[in-house]
Amino acid sequence: MEHYNMNLNLKVWRQKNKNTKGTFKMYRVENISSEMSFLEMFDVLNEQLIKDGENPVAFDHDCREGICGSCSMYINGKPHGPWQANTTCQLHMRAFKDGDTIVVEPWRADAFPVIKDLMVDRSAFDRIIQAGGYISVNTGNAVDGNTLPIEKQKADDAFAAAMCIGCGACVAACKNSSAMLFLSAKVSHLALLPQGAPERTTRVQNMVAQMDKEGFGSCTNTGACEATCPKEISITNIARLNSEYIAASFAD
Amino acid sequence: MTWKQVFTSSVGKKLVMGFTGIFLVLFLIVHVGLNACIWAAAYDPTDQGQMFNKAAHFMGNNVLPRVLEIGLFAGFFLHIFQGYLLTLENRKKRSTGYAVAYADGSKWYSRSMAILGTLLLMFLVMHIYHFWTPSRLGGMGTVQALAEVEYNGVMHHNLYAEMKNVFVGNTLIVALYVLACGSLAYHLLHGFQSAFKTIGIHNKKISGLINSVGVGFAIIVPLLFALMPLSFYFGWIK
Repeated sequence: MEHYNMNLNLKVWRQKNKNTKGTFKMYRVENISSEMSFLEMFDVLNEQLIKDGENPVAFDHDCREGICGSCSMYINGKPHGPWQANTTCQLHMRAFKDGDTIVVEPWRADAFPVIKDLMVDRSAFDRIIQAGGYISVNTGNAVDGNTLPIEKQKADDAFAAAMCIGCGACVAACKNSSAMLFLSAKVSHLALLPQGAPERTTRVQNMVAQMDKEGFGSCTNTGACEATCPKEISITNIARLNSEYIAASFAD
Repeated sequence: MTWKQVFTSSVGKKLVMGFTGIFLVLFLIVHVGLNACIWAAAYDPTDQGQMFNKAAHFMGNNVLPRVLEIGLFAGFFLHIFQGYLLTLENRKKRSTGYAVAYADGSKWYSRSMAILGTLLLMFLVMHIYHFWTPSRLGGMGTVQALAEVEYNGVMHHNLYAEMKNVFVGNTLIVALYVLACGSLAYHLLHGFQSAFKTIGIHNKKISGLINSVGVGFAIIVPLLFALMPLSFYFGWIK
């Protein structure tokens, strides 16, 4: 692919902290290489802002390899930007043209309050995991992998669900700010495996209860979450979660 | 987990929507099937709505359909009430909206179930006023009783004649009915498959089948319903 440089207009959400009201600010960045990642373009912007004596834009990032789930920008009306199955850090500037105006917003959901600028507090996800997204095992020597036979298809489905990096794009994309894709991925990957069986009932009960407590909306199966998910988690998992919940509701 | 905890949870509230939705889909099958009897008049000039009137008479004078009718009203009420409740609740979860909306990830009708449902509710009120009220409450108070017709010595409500009354020459009413069928089609296009996801069907083979049946159902049933007022309006049946 041909390399080119571009000048861009950025419309970025600036917000001092949780308690103040934010607003959009316009910035111009020049000579941006098409080979840069979206976050590198933001690094350039921040260098420029620091030089000008302004506060740099705060945004979450860590691995910049698309696997940690830290980055979280809502770019031109889609979480993680225009590409499919992609995180913001893996979005490259060749997705844009010279002269483009790019609108960058934080995840919007009351359960994910803005900490500063484009950073949001996603600790609600941690608390949902703490409510049941684990298995309890005695420590000791590792058990031989072949002692527990697992059907190939189930292992694959469990692995596909376990791909979830907990970035929260599903919540950001959902018109109801529902966390059901995240929750269903976490419930599914354990429900499909024998290791998850002993805590199966309480897991789904507690995790749904925690999700509701955190203030996420309910699922209306629009499919926006699946369409934006960087790890292509299927909404089939949501249906599986629902059946897990129905089964659990008959338990004492 | 108590039943109260189940049905006040976000998943439980959606279960109510899913189960009542499927119940209403079943009702639509009965409704469209019985009403299709009006077309007997299209190929048998002596029918004069007899087959349809007899079918309606059977439904109105039998214990089981009457008991189911109470269930139907309850189903409608729950579906509508819970639908509005969930819509309002979900809207409150994002107090600051986006400057650029995310429109590509989902279909407009799947995001507009509340609006489509509201159109259907408005239609439902008019529809009940047109047919259910005179048939069930005719003669009570100011409600005018339906005309009657005798078949084999038994008096039947002439609902066929009532359909003619309502639709023939009434462009506005016919247009509203056809519009409501359009809303129903889009409501079902999302609602049919969504209901089965909500009640936990996740088997790929079965959900594939449900998706296809759902699209067929969402097209065929509203189309048949829309053809009913149109058949009277354009004089295809007399």
